[in-house]
Amino acid sequence: MTFLSDSALERLRLAADTPETAGTRYSITREIGRGGMGTVYEAHDSVLQRPVALKVLTLGEGDPAAADRMLKEARTMAGLEHPGLVPVHDAGTLPDGRVYYAMKLVRGEPLSSWAAGQPMAERLRAFQKVCEAAAFAHSCGVVHRDLKPGNVMIGSFGEVLVLDWGISRRREDPAEPDGVVVGTRTFMAPEQAAGRTDLVTERTDVYSLGAILDFLLGDGQPRAAKAIASVAARAMSAEPADRYPGAGELAADVGRFLDGGVPASYRETLLERAGRFAGRHRTAIWLVAAYLAVRVLLLLFFRP
Amino acid sequence: MRDETGIGGSRGRFPTTSLSAIGAVGSRDPGERDRGFAAVVQAYWKPVYKYVRLKWGLDNEGAKDATQGFFARAFEKGWLASYEPAKGSFRTFLRVCLEGFLANERKAAARLKRTPGEPLVSLNFESAEAELVGRCSLEGRSPDDFFREEFARALFSSAVEELHRELSARGSELAYQAFERYDLDPDPENPPSYASLARALGSTESRVTNALQTARREFRRIVLENLRALTRDDSEFREEARRLLGKPSP
Repeated sequence: MTFLSDSALERLRLAADTPETAGTRYSITREIGRGGMGTVYEAHDSVLQRPVALKVLTLGEGDPAAADRMLKEARTMAGLEHPGLVPVHDAGTLPDGRVYYAMKLVRGEPLSSWAAGQPMAERLRAFQKVCEAAAFAHSCGVVHRDLKPGNVMIGSFGEVLVLDWGISRRREDPAEPDGVVVGTRTFMAPEQAAGRTDLVTERTDVYSLGAILDFLLGDGQPRAAKAIASVAARAMSAEPADRYPGAGELAADVGRFLDGGVPASYRETLLERAGRFAGRHRTAIWLVAAYLAVRVLLLLFFRP
Repeated sequence: MRDETGIGGSRGRFPTTSLSAIGAVGSRDPGERDRGFAAVVQAYWKPVYKYVRLKWGLDNEGAKDATQGFFARAFEKGWLASYEPAKGSFRTFLRVCLEGFLANERKAAARLKRTPGEPLVSLNFESAEAELVGRCSLEGRSPDDFFREEFARALFSSAVEELHRELSARGSELAYQAFERYDLDPDPENPPSYASLARALGSTESRVTNALQTARREFRRIVLENLRALTRDDSEFREEARRLLGKPSP
């Protein structure tokens, strides 16, 4: 039997695994990432002369059900036109029989690592954009089911993109049998973790968004204000009915906090309200205080 | 592009056969059982031999006896038929069986003896020993990682030989030569370009790239078909294909 050195073995792995693109408009440049079902490559589109991302069914996923899932993902993404979602350009079958789809190549950093170097307000603004993309998908009847910091990309110009719709579910899709758990446990709603697929709705994504917000608030920094933490807590309520009804409402509550207001999820104490009032009207309070001080001085030293 | 409009269906280049050597080892039909067992031995004897040499530190002769003895005992006792895919890959199951066999043999303080009888397949231990030269340890890898890598090496090696046989039989020597020079054994100091490969093989660049694609496609098919035969069901096949073929996730 032919002996293969370690380097020969690696070369053969690559030769076997690299999608066959001869005769197509694409040529593979490098592998970007590998998921449960597909591998994403950076590729060059020779027709439009631009780089694209090519998601190709992983070698071994040859059964028609996997190909159908990949195409369903491509069609779902293609049906969601929003600045926060990656546009799909093309889909088909490569000469080696593997199903693929081509999409915009996103250059940037995952939210999971990007957040560490950002001020809180920037993180919250990026989070709002994630919520807006999810809200748009919900309005089209699509639940993502795997929202997490690793599936959000922050582009080099600050654009926020929600990726990996591989396990998303459309409203018209039949539910998987109970007990099937898909998603990432850390960011997963209780009903999803329990395999209650019949209970998975937009509010399931709201829970995951709450978990992302919680991640953004923690992250080794001093704990954020109680008010914004209460937004994450409400989004992550165990009972779906106690959560925000949608991602839009969640984004709006974060917006209230960013504007110096009180999120609907938070009940302020009298002291906190006074403090917030003082913070918002600092100049006026200083002017009144100065006026009063002058009046007192006048009374004391220039008494008639 | 081929099939640009027919995006709904696979072109069927993946092995879809349900025939599996792993399934055959549990068959009631003796011929089927022997065929399945021989395929398992053929695919795994080298990883087993190397594992015994390196992990258990047996010398050349001891490892030969242990390897033959293990497969003979596995056949005799029908161990391999008890594999349950739900509990993990066949590869891991086989390694655990091997560990148990070696531990029992050592515990009994018995010298590992080759079981009498004709070997099921001829095992060229000299070639396996030669492959171990310069590799006297597991090199910091876990036993499972080592066993997986050696299984992959055996799988790919036999696929290269099969590819050579098939392409020669078809008169596609150019395809094998391109594959050999570009993928299998390129000059590390001066890796070939398509143009230099075409010059070296006395052909045109487009013919060489097409030949290389053909060889790669056939190589991929052979590897997947052989792997399919060495797994019990679709789920194990997919998992093994991910673990053995692709490079690890970054």
